[in-house]
Amino acid sequence: MKMLSKILKKQITSTIIALLFGFLVAAIVLAIAGYNPGQAFGALFKGMLSKPKYISNVIIKATPIILTGLSVAFAFKTGLFNIGAEGQYVAGSIAAVLVGVKLNLPAVIQVPLVVLAGVLGGMVFGSVVGFLKAKFGIHEVITSIMLNWISLYLSNFIVSSQAYHLPNSTSTYPVNESSYTMILPKWKTSDAGMAALKPNKWLYEMMLKTDVNVGIVIAILMAVVIWVLLYRSNKGYELRAVGFNRDAAEFAGINVNRNIVQAMLIAGALSGLAGALSITGIAPHKISTLAAFENYGFNGLSVAMIAGSSPIGCVFAGLLFGGLLYGGQSVQQEVGAPTEIINIMIGTIVFFVALTKVVPALAERLEKRGVGHAQ
Amino acid sequence: MEVSKEYAVQMHGITKLFGTFRALDNVNLDVKKGSIHAILGENGAGKSTLMNVLYGLYQADAGEIYLNGEKVVIKNPNVAIEHGIGMVHQHFMLVDNFTVTQNIILGTEVTSRFGVLDMKKAREEILNIVKKYGLEVDPDAKIEDISVGMQQRVEILKALYRGAEILILDEPTAVLTPQEIEELISIMHSLIEDGKTIIIITHKLKEIKASSDVCTIIRRGQYIDTVPVADVDEEELATKMVGHAVKLVVDKTPAKPGDVVFEIDHLTVKDDRGLEAVKDLSLKVRKGEIVGIAGVDGNGQKELVEAITCLTRSESGTIKINGTEIQNTTPRNVIEHKVSTIHEDRQRRGLVLPFTVAENMVIEKYRTPEFKRHGMQNREKAQEYTKKLIQDYDIRPAGCENQPVRGLSGGNQQKVIIAREVSNDPDLLIAVQPTRGLDVGAIEYVHKTLVRERDAGKAILLISLELDEVMNVSDTIDVIYDGTIVAEYKQGEVDENTIGLLMAGGKQNENAVQNT
Ligand SMILES: Nc1ncnc2c1ncn2[C@@H]1O[C@H](COP(=O)(O)OP(=O)(O)OP(=O)(O)O)[C@@H](O)[C@H]1O
Ligand SMILES: [Mg+2]
Repeated sequence: MKMLSKILKKQITSTIIALLFGFLVAAIVLAIAGYNPGQAFGALFKGMLSKPKYISNVIIKATPIILTGLSVAFAFKTGLFNIGAEGQYVAGSIAAVLVGVKLNLPAVIQVPLVVLAGVLGGMVFGSVVGFLKAKFGIHEVITSIMLNWISLYLSNFIVSSQAYHLPNSTSTYPVNESSYTMILPKWKTSDAGMAALKPNKWLYEMMLKTDVNVGIVIAILMAVVIWVLLYRSNKGYELRAVGFNRDAAEFAGINVNRNIVQAMLIAGALSGLAGALSITGIAPHKISTLAAFENYGFNGLSVAMIAGSSPIGCVFAGLLFGGLLYGGQSVQQEVGAPTEIINIMIGTIVFFVALTKVVPALAERLEKRGVGHAQ
Repeated sequence: MEVSKEYAVQMHGITKLFGTFRALDNVNLDVKKGSIHAILGENGAGKSTLMNVLYGLYQADAGEIYLNGEKVVIKNPNVAIEHGIGMVHQHFMLVDNFTVTQNIILGTEVTSRFGVLDMKKAREEILNIVKKYGLEVDPDAKIEDISVGMQQRVEILKALYRGAEILILDEPTAVLTPQEIEELISIMHSLIEDGKTIIIITHKLKEIKASSDVCTIIRRGQYIDTVPVADVDEEELATKMVGHAVKLVVDKTPAKPGDVVFEIDHLTVKDDRGLEAVKDLSLKVRKGEIVGIAGVDGNGQKELVEAITCLTRSESGTIKINGTEIQNTTPRNVIEHKVSTIHEDRQRRGLVLPFTVAENMVIEKYRTPEFKRHGMQNREKAQEYTKKLIQDYDIRPAGCENQPVRGLSGGNQQKVIIAREVSNDPDLLIAVQPTRGLDVGAIEYVHKTLVRERDAGKAILLISLELDEVMNVSDTIDVIYDGTIVAEYKQGEVDENTIGLLMAGGKQNENAVQNT
């Protein structure tokens, strides 16, 4: 009994229970809609894991939302609600395109420049929010939502601008190839590359059929960096103190306003990085006219939520989320169930994670009953 | 003790565990109907926990509760309310921008036939209760506009409105001014006359003597004794509570003041409403001297402290530490000029509640070379440092350095702040209500600490609403009234009545020296 209640009190356990509930509710919804839940879930997991190509695509899909998830989680730990991750992501991709199309330097210089441009783009958007909050006390949610729309229209404006518009299309020119962050993009399609990859079926499929890129490595690295920043560095200590109790932080001589701006700057940088890596790492390497948001930032909110705002948790939550998004397509193809079902499932999972406070309370009950029995 | 109808509350053999920690171990409490029953115990003894069990906020792991001789199981506060138990917590639970009436009826709204809120009827009922017990409150005032003492009355009204026969008051006087305390005690007596039963937690032995019939003492979760208050004196109570003799009077040698360390000159500060709260105030603190400021709450003490710590702007005048002007700079600059402040609002300004004790200990030091390494926190150092302070200051439970400070009892949270500020090794130590919520043992310790720091050559500015404390500890006593220092005396040159009169705005005695 003690063991059980101890296990139940762990955050990870509650998350897993929430996941199971999410699947359960999705199963019920599927059944009501007249689809076989077993079959649908079979298709889902097959679509996520059964082929190297799928796994690779899940990772590719997960990369940007791990980063936007980190952005949201980080801001949350510092007491800010970064609903602007979406706009910062778009800003990052815009900045990456602006630089990547115009410059064409050797890859060793070009790649860092383009990625950095994206990071900067996100930073600008993030810091505007931070600045407005610190200086005028305007709530970050309001400014973020407005900036999200600004980013969307800014993106469309760039697409339609003379300098960037690719004639007879709805997009910009792609960034120059020297900006690509795929792994060995040239070599793998050359005769020598194909010959070298052939013996290993796994690698062959993964490399040739998907845009394998360095993004995931950077995302994982960033998760570690953010963890260290938050929990081991002096800056993180300040940021968290301000997040938890601004008045006490101020009284202790911590510059509250500067920390708010810095927190938003870092959060923006992470989302901007996500945008830039999507441009450099995944075809078509350009931005297109947006009718609506692509949800990379908003999905980051869900990822952060599932991860309980733990930086390392964001990696796993992002992979799960990417998997559901990608595998969901197969459910549609194989079972004929609409992807809305997948969205319902994701929704329920997030919903139940939000309810996970119930689980430790349950554990407490269990513990009490245990003591009662013991007597 | 036998179960009997004569007792409004009987709690027998109550045990409460937090994890493996025994907060209460086989504690008994028998409260006679129609009496005022005090619970006395050190910080962290388990008083609040025991009352939370009675109110259904916690479930005991063992033990029984009887109300009027009947065994009951109190699963949650709703059940407690049904049984006629009301509780006023130390931290009030009121909605700031609601009126008094709205707050009182919240959750028990009376509706007329069509489900419309019947405010008029509710208001009348409240006025009835107000009249009956002399609980003067304006039912239409907003909570944010009334004083803390008034807010507490609203909490009491709330409990009475819900039909409370047994009223629990958890440290009700910690936030009150001496006048308000007197009023509260008279309200308590009028409640008793009406047949209600009151359980009161307080650290102030004087109040127990003045208000209560019986007192139960607990120490570290153990039941110690229950005594009729009339039969014991304050010293005996203190000894029972702490387990050894306590000195209630501060032991100190005459001060040997040195140079002036801290000097305020013609300071004027406005409050948040733009009115002058501190008016042309001047004062000096010397090395090796404790200057105490006595005054009724709301006479500019809060604004004075905020101006010194640069949380608010000074309109005019100067504040100098070791000859350097610090007014209108930053809180950090003030700290760097070796000023340490024990703030009166420990939960808002003093602590980051979700942070661990160790993290809270270094909140002004994490940025010094001693506690950082290449921009990283030196966590081992912080741990080590905290462990030592926990031991030196007897913060309980021992070994709490990695627990969130939120889990500590109120008094122990206060000790964390005192330990932190004193160990900053400041030139000027400002202590605002440093013993609020502390037990007599801890108070003795804090007072000794202040005297020790004084003897070590520190300048100390003590601001307190407790006249006793100011009179006992200070070498120089300043009286603040309406934002300015109206009189200054050396310790021993003046009696409590004179100061009390001056605090209330009375005329100054002739031989007082003004603004020296
Ligand atoms: N929710 C909790 N979780 C863990 N420990 C707790 C909790 N509440 C109280 N404790 C511990 O139980 C002990 C008793 O706490 P309690 O708040 O009852 O003390 P108290 O007598 O009211 O003290 P004070 O006079 O300082 O308010 C303390 O050591 C405290 O740290
Ligand atoms: Mg308490």
